[in-house]
Amino acid sequence: MLIFKKSKKNRRAKSLSLANHEVFSDPRSTLSDLIPAAFLRSDKPALPEVSELQTVRHYTRLSRKNFSIDTNFYPLGSCTMKYNPRGAHRAAMLPGFLEHHPLAPECASQGLMSALYQLQEWLGVVTGMGAVSLSPMAGAQGEFAGVAMIKAYHDARNDTQRTEILVPTAAHGTNPATAIMCGYQVREIPVLDSGDVDLAALHKALGPQTAGLMLTNPSTCGVFERSILEISAAVHEAGGLLYYDGANLNAILGQARPGDMGFDVLHLNLHKTFATPHGGGGPGAGPVAAGERLAPYLPTPRVIKHDDGYSWQMPNDGDPSIGRLSAFMGNVGVLLRAYYYANVLGRSGMKQVAEYATLNANYLMKRLADEGFALAYPDRRATHEFIISFQKEAKTLGVTAMDFAKRLLDFGFHAPTTYFPLLIPECWLIEPTETETLAEMDRFVEALVTIRKEAEEDAEKLKTAPHTLPVRRLDDVRAARELDLVYKEHT
Amino acid sequence: MSFIPHTEDEKHQMLAAIGVKQIDDLFDEVPGALKDPDLKALPESQPEMLVHRNMQALAAEDQGYINFIGAGAYEHFIPAAVWDIVGRGEFMTAYTPYQAEASQGTLQLIYEYQTMMAELTGMEVSNASMYDGGSALAEACLMAVRAQRKKAHRKILMPGTLNPSYAQVSKNMTFRQKIELVTLPWSSEAGITDRDQLEKIEGGGFDALVIAQPNFFGQLEDVNVLTDWAHSQGALVIAVVNPLSLALLNPPGSWGEKGADIVVGEGQPLGVPLSGGGPYFGFMCCRQSIVRQLPGRIVGRTKDLNGNTGYTLTLQAREQHIRRSKATSNICTNQGLAVTAATIYMSLMGAQGLREVAEASVLNTQRVVSALDSIGLKPRFQGPRFHEVVVQTPREATGLINEAAQHGVLAGLSFGEPFTQLKNDLLLCATETKTASDIEKLVQVLSACI
Repeated sequence: MLIFKKSKKNRRAKSLSLANHEVFSDPRSTLSDLIPAAFLRSDKPALPEVSELQTVRHYTRLSRKNFSIDTNFYPLGSCTMKYNPRGAHRAAMLPGFLEHHPLAPECASQGLMSALYQLQEWLGVVTGMGAVSLSPMAGAQGEFAGVAMIKAYHDARNDTQRTEILVPTAAHGTNPATAIMCGYQVREIPVLDSGDVDLAALHKALGPQTAGLMLTNPSTCGVFERSILEISAAVHEAGGLLYYDGANLNAILGQARPGDMGFDVLHLNLHKTFATPHGGGGPGAGPVAAGERLAPYLPTPRVIKHDDGYSWQMPNDGDPSIGRLSAFMGNVGVLLRAYYYANVLGRSGMKQVAEYATLNANYLMKRLADEGFALAYPDRRATHEFIISFQKEAKTLGVTAMDFAKRLLDFGFHAPTTYFPLLIPECWLIEPTETETLAEMDRFVEALVTIRKEAEEDAEKLKTAPHTLPVRRLDDVRAARELDLVYKEHT
Repeated sequence: MSFIPHTEDEKHQMLAAIGVKQIDDLFDEVPGALKDPDLKALPESQPEMLVHRNMQALAAEDQGYINFIGAGAYEHFIPAAVWDIVGRGEFMTAYTPYQAEASQGTLQLIYEYQTMMAELTGMEVSNASMYDGGSALAEACLMAVRAQRKKAHRKILMPGTLNPSYAQVSKNMTFRQKIELVTLPWSSEAGITDRDQLEKIEGGGFDALVIAQPNFFGQLEDVNVLTDWAHSQGALVIAVVNPLSLALLNPPGSWGEKGADIVVGEGQPLGVPLSGGGPYFGFMCCRQSIVRQLPGRIVGRTKDLNGNTGYTLTLQAREQHIRRSKATSNICTNQGLAVTAATIYMSLMGAQGLREVAEASVLNTQRVVSALDSIGLKPRFQGPRFHEVVVQTPREATGLINEAAQHGVLAGLSFGEPFTQLKNDLLLCATETKTASDIEKLVQVLSACI
């Protein structure tokens, strides 16, 4: 039931009323003296009129209709749904951080700034890049910053013929969308059956029109791009620059660094690799790191260290920086959680992240292969994730990857990423992450085996799944056709 | 230290199942030249107990000031229930609700949020949020150009009274798509957009007019006149508003004859802590007729197999994960958790509660105006204002603010580019959180420092 249906005219959370606030008893100024009636609204917005307990109960109950990492295995490929440490949450919610105004003078911000500076430095080391800006508020905004920096670099050299960004067909949708937002054209590069980028096609596509290449490594195919050093050499040879999409950094954290692979700029998804919560769709944080050539173009503000403390580097006219992309200093609360996590893990812990994420993925891949599920890349190692395809089941049993996904929900597992990357038919992209136990993954395998058996015996059971959740399968077509985005019946 | 659960036995069992001797063998596709990077500059691992202590010390360093800064981020009282519920793992540690049936909590909440934002702004539809107010405005500019379709001039009029950070973000996110942002002159007496100057740019040639209400100085613009003028020129109206002010002020949907077309703003005042600048959330509402140009996630109400009501992400064909290079925006992640806080905050407060907060803030700011007047500090602009005021001082404001901070008071914001003529002025804000004694302290400190 919607909160609006629990509403009753003139009910409210009375303890929150400000009716007795001292300002209302000061006869010298009243609202009507200060703001003419023409500026004031004549109606009252129809917000809920409910008590505090009603509100608490309503949203507590709603929360229980969600799957989350805290309640369910959530192997959503390319999203790195690992445990979000409670300690990091508590530290970021310390009153001194929460009450801190973003425009407080630097002399009243040194504690916060020292944490942010330290994080900048560490992210630079772990990515093999010289300089970092923490300000982008999500991965896609980090991508925007990176590609804008590539454009600024070429423009500064009057190299204006470079109008094209190359993107592999397996790339995240944000990559081509970002290139367009930066004023580029997009050319897609095919991926071979092995999962590697087609080098011959890449060579053919490179030329004086190439501004750069956007690449995820490990790729969204769940494999490490083996020719990465040849790729970066070829792009540089053609005068282009390389952008690293950090969505999959969890796979190589502390094991290999994008800077050493030849990338010029990258973003990190701290809400993936550094374990900050996804919050049901954000907030994230997408810091950008750059090598020597692109460092001057990093977005602001950044924290600068001096002998006597820290200051903000703000955008100035004439600076090469691409400037600010947010009204303030980025998602500081998310950055603080990442700072906590980095401190707890340290060097050794970061290396273990990639080791155990990879161990878990390869174990799960082997178990599923042994049970007869089709791997998209059977001859390759899994990285932190891997792909299976239900093409065979779709053909022989008439049940799709989505049907399997919906039925899996009934077993208490969130479904892996379905139908991505687009180039593998009927696929799942599975990422268990390093924080899951062996037993949990074994249960996941058992569930899938059971579901396939159901598919063979009673396909309808999958096609009409889920059966045990708060709602049955939802009609997406109706949602788009009969748009209902706002509740109106209460007004 | 780590959050990895494996025992040594389990590790060996798993390696044996895979058929390798050691974990390092799983990285055999990584070129040797890339392995064993130099990570000496990373810290040693520390127990959580010590990390927490260190962060407590850092947080305490910046704590204890009486804050009179606003300028786009506002200190309001947040009821305890808001973040208690937001902190529930089921909200905090869920992903974007791609599997709708397993995400009904988040989805229904967003549908309720969309409804509340449409109510507050007087608009027909809302999306599920953008990153912040600044980037929401940038996206609104791009949206306005798309909505004008083939008629688009790729030119947007921006008020000179806009928060300069918003102007910068908008420029930085749009100029590569060859969109020009033209700044309108403002009246240095009134601190609002100069209506007399509008005649000079009549004749169309622009896609939208941005109107900030209240504007960066806290002053109220003549929104009805501006809206009707923009529409008469064939342009759309993009409103940039403080959502809290809408409990009190005329909502953009009712501006002028036809109302604004797109409404954006910073959602932080609705139950989101200052937190050094984020995470906040940008909101974005519009007319139903241009909803297909709206960027970001949108939740719709629909039916399930049994005909029961449920909620799901909809109109996804606008988005990057489906449409790739033809998407309305590259935005993917938004600010879901901050939206969760805002939705709970609005439920708890209701329209009456929000109105009291807004009104108390207006009155408190007036108390600051009167109190500072008594020590000879006058407001720069007359005319109605919301909960911020520009006050003139006899000395350069940055130095004054730093000195006031030594006495425990954050005495507002000093102006930089493009407002260098206001370099001696303070932009002050007093929300409902300020008491008479806080204001007295501000007056004491300022009178000692000027």
